[in-house]
Amino acid sequence: MTVFALAFYLFATCVIVGGLFTVISRNPVHSVLWLILSFLSAAGLFVLLGAEFVAMLLIIVYVGAVAVLFLFVVMMLDVDFAELKAEMARYMPLALLIGVVLLMQFALAYGAWDFAEGAEAARGAVTPDGVENTAALGLLIYDKYFLLFQLSGLILLVAMVGAIALTLRHRQDVKRQNVLAQMYRDPAKAMELRDVKPGQGL
Amino acid sequence: MIQADLNILLPEIVLAVYAMLGLLGAVYTGKDRMAGMLVWLTAGLFVALAFYIASATGTRTAFGGMFIDDGFARFAKVTILLSAAAVLVMSQDYMARRNLLKFEYPMLVTLAAVGMMVMVSAGDLMALYMGLELQSLALYVIAALRRDSVKSTEAGLKYFVLGALSSGLLLYGASLVYGFAGTTSFAGIITAAEGHAPLGLLLGLVFVISGMAFKISAVPFHMWTPDVYEGAPTPVTAFFATAPKMAAMGLFARVVYDAFGGIMSDWQQIVALLSVLSMFLGAVAAIGQRDIKRLMAYSSIAHMGYALMGLAAGTELGVQSMLIYMAIYVTMNVGTFAFILSMSRDGQPVTDIQGLNMYARANPVRALSMLVLLFSLAGVPPFLGFFGKFYVLRAAYEGGLAWLAIAGVVASVIGAYYYLRIVFFMYFGEEREPLDRPQSPVLWGFLVASAGVMTVGIVFLFGIENVAQAAALSLIK
Repeated sequence: MTVFALAFYLFATCVIVGGLFTVISRNPVHSVLWLILSFLSAAGLFVLLGAEFVAMLLIIVYVGAVAVLFLFVVMMLDVDFAELKAEMARYMPLALLIGVVLLMQFALAYGAWDFAEGAEAARGAVTPDGVENTAALGLLIYDKYFLLFQLSGLILLVAMVGAIALTLRHRQDVKRQNVLAQMYRDPAKAMELRDVKPGQGL
Repeated sequence: MIQADLNILLPEIVLAVYAMLGLLGAVYTGKDRMAGMLVWLTAGLFVALAFYIASATGTRTAFGGMFIDDGFARFAKVTILLSAAAVLVMSQDYMARRNLLKFEYPMLVTLAAVGMMVMVSAGDLMALYMGLELQSLALYVIAALRRDSVKSTEAGLKYFVLGALSSGLLLYGASLVYGFAGTTSFAGIITAAEGHAPLGLLLGLVFVISGMAFKISAVPFHMWTPDVYEGAPTPVTAFFATAPKMAAMGLFARVVYDAFGGIMSDWQQIVALLSVLSMFLGAVAAIGQRDIKRLMAYSSIAHMGYALMGLAAGTELGVQSMLIYMAIYVTMNVGTFAFILSMSRDGQPVTDIQGLNMYARANPVRALSMLVLLFSLAGVPPFLGFFGKFYVLRAAYEGGLAWLAIAGVVASVIGAYYYLRIVFFMYFGEEREPLDRPQSPVLWGFLVASAGVMTVGIVFLFGIENVAQAAALSLIK
């Protein structure tokens, strides 16, 4: 077994084990940590495929931002996970049955997998020879997939507009900071200096 | 090269830029006070773009086949834009009176329209997914627009969670198809998938169809529809029942013909099954409904079944009949929802059909228009709805699916019951507390115009037959 194969099986196992424990671990914080393990191992798989940029992205964006955000949300939200789990346990036998049936169907499909003629050629190399990984991605995103790139931008815009439209409330009973008013405040008007004689007071 | 590509996408770009400018403009000026004006402006832009799109000819592709502008896409786009404009105009008064009219609403509808236009023009699995998500995400938000109502919030959340699940199914299927064909472009897939489909591709096809069936709410992926229709504000429900349905049907036809046209016999049976299940469930489950919005939800499920029947035929006539059916369906629904929007008592919206008792005595014109629309929805001759059904039944019969056509006739007879029951309540029900006298002339206009189209249209179908035929030809090649 080569180092490559060994690394692949190591990372692949980690992804699956991480995913499994994300779902079944009792403590939600542990779930997030398992999820992070999954992400990191997936990043390892990408490195093996020669897609370093995507691997780094996975670590920076998913582990660095998304998972940490999850962690915050899980810690701050007061959700009774034990109760949710109990609810889930009621459906467990049926879910397991369906899961096993699905798994067997997939096994059938993947067992008898065949590619279309020319599929391998159509897929092409991960990165063309002589082009850096990041540069190749840039060429794709800003040229061939320009439309998709812009559309994903629009989708993010919709998400942002939606979040604001559904949650922003203009509360009237809150005092707000008025920066300009603070800056233009005139000390001469706001306070008065008095010379207080010793022993007399005001 | 990019200049030419962008030129083909001009309507979409105009809409996207308009949405961004509108959002910025409204934020920096009057905020929600601008909403009424924005609604009219958006509707005007939709109509103008619909005419611009309708004036184009020929088939053009952009971005390496990722975006296709052909007769089929244009037919769907014009239907989408016109129906969206109609629903926007209808919703203005209703939403303003109930303090729901936010400036985000017309802008989200615009962005949803961009998504729908990309959907029907998609020439690549990735473009398909992007269009679908852009449309769906905007729809989730407007479903939950009335955020102080538990039902509206529930509708938005339910739609979001189930929609995310269906997107997952679709993506998984797309990945399997990519795994088989080695490319995501429809042109590549159709050359790879010819003749007998291997198991892996079949599995991918089933997943992709399941994801799309969710969007058109075909049985067994319909569970979300009644709850979302009931919970969302009524103008939003009207929007859900029209433009997105056309877009999803267009996408469905695009995928099965453009990408999987080589393995037609494989998807034909799936589509036929979806069709027969939808028709029967829509017809039977609506019988027990008292809420007219829920009833319309089941009605739309049944109608999607008929449209799918045209698709299942697998012929050019089938696609043509599907397009005609969808255009008629959308027109009928605009009129019906104009009526539902005007149903209120003491200023509060009423959706119980028993509230319609003896409606005809107070509002004879409205009641008559609604009668025409309901007869048309049920497929009673001589109204236009009958011709829509007749077309799909003929397409199914000529496509060798006689059993499906017979099932369609049986389901349509069952379904007629609940449409006619509304007519019964309007004309013969017992006298109860009456509804308010409707005020809005806009709603009256749409209701009467839609009913007029249903009666006048039978003479010449507004020339839609030839347009739909040309559109179907451009899809099937």
